[in-house]
Amino acid sequence: MDEVLLRSLTPSVLTVLVRRGADFAAAEDAVQDALVEAVRVWPADPPRDAKGWLVTVAWRKFLDATRSDAARRRREDLVDEEPAPGPAPAVDDTLQLYFLCAHPSLTPSSAVALTLRAVGGLTTRQIAQAYLVPEATMAQRISRAKRTVSGVRFDQPGDVATVLRVLYLVFNEGYSGDVDLAAEAIRLTRQLAAQVDHPEVAGLLALMLLHHARRTARTAPDGSLVPLSEQDRGRWDTESIAEGVEILQTALARDRLGEFQAQAAIAALHADAPTAEETDWVQIVEWYDELARLTDSPVVRLNRAVAVGEADGPRAGLAELAKLDDSLPRHTAVAAYLNERDGDLTTAARLYAEAAQTAPNLAERDHLTRQAARLNARRCR
Amino acid sequence: MAKYLLLKHYRGAPAAVNDVPMDQWTPEEISAHVQYMNDFAARLEKTGEFVDGQALAPEGKWVRYDGEGRPPVTDGPFAETKDVIAGWMVIDVDSYERALELAGELSAAPGAGGKPIHEWLELRPFLTASPTITECTFH
Repeated sequence: MDEVLLRSLTPSVLTVLVRRGADFAAAEDAVQDALVEAVRVWPADPPRDAKGWLVTVAWRKFLDATRSDAARRRREDLVDEEPAPGPAPAVDDTLQLYFLCAHPSLTPSSAVALTLRAVGGLTTRQIAQAYLVPEATMAQRISRAKRTVSGVRFDQPGDVATVLRVLYLVFNEGYSGDVDLAAEAIRLTRQLAAQVDHPEVAGLLALMLLHHARRTARTAPDGSLVPLSEQDRGRWDTESIAEGVEILQTALARDRLGEFQAQAAIAALHADAPTAEETDWVQIVEWYDELARLTDSPVVRLNRAVAVGEADGPRAGLAELAKLDDSLPRHTAVAAYLNERDGDLTTAARLYAEAAQTAPNLAERDHLTRQAARLNARRCR
Repeated sequence: MAKYLLLKHYRGAPAAVNDVPMDQWTPEEISAHVQYMNDFAARLEKTGEFVDGQALAPEGKWVRYDGEGRPPVTDGPFAETKDVIAGWMVIDVDSYERALELAGELSAAPGAGGKPIHEWLELRPFLTASPTITECTFH
């Protein structure tokens, strides 16, 4: 039994059912029933058209369930009005599933969970493990999300930007365990890019590939954070980098710039530098200017201040930093870094220790504490 | 088997014997400290005595039910830990506001006469592994 084939077909079969009018939860139940049937029947009697077989069986299961449930009569009426089930279209149309899972009525975390479940075909247990929550909690979250989107029909094109935001969130979770969410996000974005001709989809895919390429070099064996400038560039995945750069260049050539392409361009410039010293910081600042224009995000301006500090010297970076709200996350960490570059080690050590207090995660907190300790140790000698 | 929660406290307790703030240690001393804790957890995993270990952010807030939809938030009554910690619960929510709301709700658990006890709860964010993209310039 080909589990990979089944997993890859599941989203498109689900989409066919939902498009024909089945509500999301019922459609998923029906598809699960059809998969069970496939596992039972296929070994002895393999179908010629696996997807067509699954659609037919799943649709029959859905109708059975709908008819046998008197309380679902309303939905049955809905089904009656739909055109009769025809042959399953040959094109992969899971796209609608992406849009459904990124529906604006869902909270970001629900949208992420639903995408992993419906589009990614992950089990509830796998998603729960990836998010470090109990399986029962995740099951509730997913069924609540399904209820929220049940009844949503695909008569209007969805918003690609929302789908990309959800995939970006999946990537950023990035836990590695049974399920590597960063790898899963890349897989899903790759599928999306094959279906949607949109430069920002390509931009996001390029961005993910370029960041993923540096992954093994970002942490030391003991789990501590290795800053970009100290990473062993020999450990970067050059194949991923080459692919990311190529996808990005094709996207940029279309002259429809968006924030993901701009972020990917910055990542590409880092990836392209043979050493940290040879990084083209001037061009990185220019991309941050574009990014700030596109997003108006204070976090982007904070990153821009770092880049200015590298391109024009730490004083220039500190001047940029002074224009920003000092309550921004990582503001103090950036101030510490720029002060160190400027030679004021006492201030830098104090700021690193302060930044460690409000670090958003463990790796960063330890990293900042070590930075403070390093400077304090140097001053004492 | 009985479960115990070992709370690492950074403040509020009597001063430790070797009371040097962490940023005054050498980076090697910090690594050794972290390694010791990791090894400790790994050893207890092997003996089957490990349940859960998490790091908490320092910015704890005290939350108490004070009537519908208005949980007051303070930097704390700074009670002794044994006065406060009768148990703990971990929640996973979309926002800080939602966490506050739930803490307020939990604080309204009924006590004497079936009335809310208006218990103070300490709300502390977990620290987790670092994300990947959002901090582009550093990593």
